Amino acid sequence: MSTDAPAVQLTDVRKTYRSGDEEVVALDHATLEVATGELTALVGPSGSGKTTLLSIAGALLGPTEGQVRVGGEDIAELSERARTSFRGKEIGFVFQAVNLVPFLTARENLLVVAEMNRSLDKAARSRADQLLDELGLGHRAKNRPSELSGGERQRVAIGRALMNEPRLVLFDEPTSALDTKLGEQVMELIRREVVDRGVGGIFVTHDTRMTHHADRTVEIVDGVLRS
Amino acid sequence: MRIALRELVRRPGRFLVVGGALTVLVLLLLFLGGLLDGLYLNSTGAVRALDADGVVYSDDARQSFLRSEITADERADIEAVDGVEAVGGLGFALLGVQIPGVDEIADGAVVGYELATGSLPEPPAPGGAHADRQLADEGAEIGHEVLVGPAEVPLRIVGFVDDTNYLQQGGLWVEPGTWRQVLAENRPDAILAEGSFQSAVVRIAPDADAEAVRAAIDAATGSTETLSQAEAIEAIPGITEQNATFTAVIGVTVFVAALVIALFFALLTLERLGLYAVLKAVGGRSSTLVAGVIAQSVLVALGAFVLGGLLTLGLLEIVPDGIPLQLEPSRAVSTLVSLTVAAVAGALVSLRRIVRIDPASAIGAGA
Repeated sequence: MSTDAPAVQLTDVRKTYRSGDEEVVALDHATLEVATGELTALVGPSGSGKTTLLSIAGALLGPTEGQVRVGGEDIAELSERARTSFRGKEIGFVFQAVNLVPFLTARENLLVVAEMNRSLDKAARSRADQLLDELGLGHRAKNRPSELSGGERQRVAIGRALMNEPRLVLFDEPTSALDTKLGEQVMELIRREVVDRGVGGIFVTHDTRMTHHADRTVEIVDGVLRS
Repeated sequence: MRIALRELVRRPGRFLVVGGALTVLVLLLLFLGGLLDGLYLNSTGAVRALDADGVVYSDDARQSFLRSEITADERADIEAVDGVEAVGGLGFALLGVQIPGVDEIADGAVVGYELATGSLPEPPAPGGAHADRQLADEGAEIGHEVLVGPAEVPLRIVGFVDDTNYLQQGGLWVEPGTWRQVLAENRPDAILAEGSFQSAVVRIAPDADAEAVRAAIDAATGSTETLSQAEAIEAIPGITEQNATFTAVIGVTVFVAALVIALFFALLTLERLGLYAVLKAVGGRSSTLVAGVIAQSVLVALGAFVLGGLLTLGLLEIVPDGIPLQLEPSRAVSTLVSLTVAAVAGALVSLRRIVRIDPASAIGAGA
């Protein structure tokens, strides 16, 4: 894994699905590069291919054609098992519905990543504590999601995404469930974390008021990227 | 796994329904098993107590003690077979027993025998009887003179023995002469010639081939059928049918337990599709998630086993004496093992669904 390499590099990526006899093109020769410390906004109407692009960049899906590199490592041809392992080590996710485990505390929600990757040790626990402190949630470590505010939950989700010291963090509509003020605060936090930690970040949003937090905005329509 | 255990501890209410259903099924399994063991042990105790390497019947008796007769000549032939170490006469008489001070007549099996065993002392003096502990539970005491059969033949109880009943009837173990007297006065139609017994118990030398010796006995007499002790137990009327019936009911109950577990965890898995997709997205493997479901299933089953076991112990205290409920440690172990297998099998029903969860579905999911 090269430290100088872009966080993610998609080159001429195509993704097609079969629907009956027809071939549906979800992503059409998409090329995108996100450097380390760079935050990119991805906007586009529903069904335009945002989710597919995010899934391929996040090693959740393999492309039909093209090259996908994360931190310089080609992940396009990885097996499903290898992709799972790669995600656990190199990718961070913040999901649209936050999706914290409801019966775990904030700290345990961060440690889920380490547990799923079989790396739950003293270092992982220290990192979880450190992240919670840095995100201003040290005093909320033992609270469950139902005891946290919307903004706090989103910060826990960001902490979880950073737990595995990823190369790339993908944010799926990170402010959709928040009001404008809270949304702004969360986006400022995301920007700070991406820049300070030197990770690449892509966030999908429908809210064009949030795109000013990004270093650049990329639009996708019918599977085609437009910078 | 850790996540699954935390859910179990922090959200026990979610597992209350399946835990409750399994507790009832454990109670049913232990109750059925206890009944089977009680019926089996109380029917077969007399034969199990014989320490026999062979039990000889006349070949036209269809393996029934009451239809069988081994004559003195046949006994001599048996004793002459190579490998036969000892031969003892055996005979049964099933009769009512009047216990002093007890209004109700107890069921008794008067057994005439010659060979002492690990659980049976040497035959008592004429007129005496070693009584099964069941008769003590019904009011008999050492020194009591019980009256046997319509002819009211007196037998003095000289001691108690354990686990020696025959067909649910309390064993009264007597020397051969006393047994003949009881038969003569109560069942004149069943009386046997002096020297004859209904059956013969055979002990075979340890270095001999027991199967071959049993075959040699039948060849030597030309008129007997010799069974091993295990075969003689199976030959007791109704034992095979009783075992098969109860085993089938117990098997169906275990199957129902597996179905309950499968259904519950299948529903739980449906509810957790979003969560599992997220866990897979952050690097969780299907095997890790399935292991968590299995761990929850097995722990719920273990909890149900403990609760169901305690309820069964409580039930033993209030069940009427007439019900032959007997909870054996081996039954508890076999119930625990079958329940654990059902828990694992039931949880594995969700395996396919968990494996098929697409981690990509975590992205773009608004709910």
